[in-house]
Amino acid sequence: MGSNSSNMNHIPDGQQLLQDTGFSAAQIIRLYERFEFLDKDNTGHLRPEDLETVPDLDMNPIGARIIGAFFPPGKETLDFGSFVRILAHFLPADSNRTRAGAQQEPANSTTGKLRFAFQLYDQDRDGKISRDELLQVLRSMLGLQVTEEQLQCIAERAIQEADADKDDAISFDEFRKSLEKVDIDHKMSIRFLR
Amino acid sequence: SNSYYFRLESLLSMLVSITVWLTLLFVFTIVPAVLGVSIGIRRLYLTTLLKIFEWATLRMEMEAKEKNQQLYKPYSSGIIVKEPPLSLQQGIQELRGSASCLHSEPEFEMADIFYFCRRGVESIVDDEVTKRFSAQELETWNLLTRSHYNFRHISLRLTVLWGLGVLIRYGILLPLRVTLAATGISLILVLTTLVGFLPSREFFLTEKVHVMCYRICVRSLTAMITYHNRENKPKNGGICVANHTTPIDVIILANDGCYSLIGQAHRGLLGMVQRAMVKSSPHIWFDRSEVKDRHLVAKRLSDHVADKTKQPILIFPEGTCINNTSVMMFKKGSFEIGCTVYPVAIKYDPLFGDAFWNSSKFGMVNYLLRMMSSWAIVCSVWYLPPMNREEGEDAVQFANRVKAAIAAQGGLVDLIWDGGLKRAKVKDAFKEEQQKLYSKVLVDTSR
Repeated sequence: MGSNSSNMNHIPDGQQLLQDTGFSAAQIIRLYERFEFLDKDNTGHLRPEDLETVPDLDMNPIGARIIGAFFPPGKETLDFGSFVRILAHFLPADSNRTRAGAQQEPANSTTGKLRFAFQLYDQDRDGKISRDELLQVLRSMLGLQVTEEQLQCIAERAIQEADADKDDAISFDEFRKSLEKVDIDHKMSIRFLR
Repeated sequence: SNSYYFRLESLLSMLVSITVWLTLLFVFTIVPAVLGVSIGIRRLYLTTLLKIFEWATLRMEMEAKEKNQQLYKPYSSGIIVKEPPLSLQQGIQELRGSASCLHSEPEFEMADIFYFCRRGVESIVDDEVTKRFSAQELETWNLLTRSHYNFRHISLRLTVLWGLGVLIRYGILLPLRVTLAATGISLILVLTTLVGFLPSREFFLTEKVHVMCYRICVRSLTAMITYHNRENKPKNGGICVANHTTPIDVIILANDGCYSLIGQAHRGLLGMVQRAMVKSSPHIWFDRSEVKDRHLVAKRLSDHVADKTKQPILIFPEGTCINNTSVMMFKKGSFEIGCTVYPVAIKYDPLFGDAFWNSSKFGMVNYLLRMMSSWAIVCSVWYLPPMNREEGEDAVQFANRVKAAIAAQGGLVDLIWDGGLKRAKVKDAFKEEQQKLYSKVLVDTSR
């Protein structure tokens, strides 16, 4: 889409993003408008507070974790390129056109999506979801609606089901295995308008 | 002595031009306002402007085509496919439906997180609320740099046109309007005080003065207002509720009827105007400390409404300015009083000038300057049939019913969200609600 991509001259990394992710030029332009809209003080970067202004996200039980996915530890600001690359995880898997120079596995493959979800659980990024981390996620999603014992019970059951090598933690492969019957592509994709 | 004559001459010419200017002003705007007639200049003005805007947009499209690009269409058309929203229960069930149903006790599943994750990321990309707090975007360019996103497609011809527009707006329209506004406000101050001195408050005279002043104010904004269904106009002993976009809403409505206003007592010029207004008709001004006292507010409202000789009260239940694409939560206070509610829907056409007051971006003075340097304010007002609270309906349900009626008439989106989200964060109650719903899914399925 040469005619559209020349519209992207004012978008930082525009051409690179077009190549690397599966977004079309029109989608990147729209995402840039959204990025600028969220960037209230016009610095060209987003901060966690900018994302917190979205009420739907604020009331999402794991809202803080999702924001954390955009701002990994150590990073205080988010530029447009990173914003789009993270959102690329949510493209349907069929959006990839074969393009020259596509290096590693695209973000929106099943594995890519699983990795994104895995990191929501695995906050310390050690490659395993410990019992503690699982408890924390459960606490976020259920709040004060269940007792501590019920929580422990649920976590125990979940680990037992998924933990194949009995190391009391869920590795990425075990995670993937426990979800093999779930239609990941459908559940972790956002239907972007073309 | 040459320079002496020169100075005299320039002084004279200045005086002459000012006199001519004022006479024109008087004849073409103030007199019609006083008499209540319309010469039709504004309509002609708007039709001409419309033609110019369409031409300008066409030219920009041609320019863009020449450069082999496309004009950017505003993102109000959305980024994500809009699907009918599923409840949390339905969303999670749908998620699990694809997992194996072999579990005898379906409980928490690792996949449940996908539901919240996707909802969360979707809201980052596009959400219904945050976009209501900034001005909506236009399809046609109206020669204002405020709606500038296609600016790079401007050719020389268009730049000249735009420059001409700037000259006209800031050089002619703005001074004209400021003069008119000043006249209008002075008249309000002087005349209402005079009427207040009359032994018995002549309501006939009050009404005349009121209407005249507001007509002048309306002209000072070059507002073209179309009133629909005037047979439903609010009557005494009731409350008029309307959606809120800008402080100018008051002028728009007061132009067609007498209302009692309710609000905080200010100081300075605004305070002076408020005190003057009270002299000739009953308005309800609260001190800052009294505003927090809901019972006091409710009592004063009820007292006013109970007196059938008093004008209807004008209230904006949203509590804050919204950008006129949606109607947000109505605060229930005014719906608890138990009197007849007269809903009014106000819809602005942003093409000639966006009336929305983005209070986080612009202060009041800045906003008024922008208003007076726009082309015009065009809006429609619909008076809806009066509504009363029904048996078994509580104040919140009544408020929502009225809100839905206003949204339907004005072509606005009906939202449950609180306009206060502009400044405050979501109450924890919302998050707890989500957690509660999710825990029900777990508990139900494990029984």
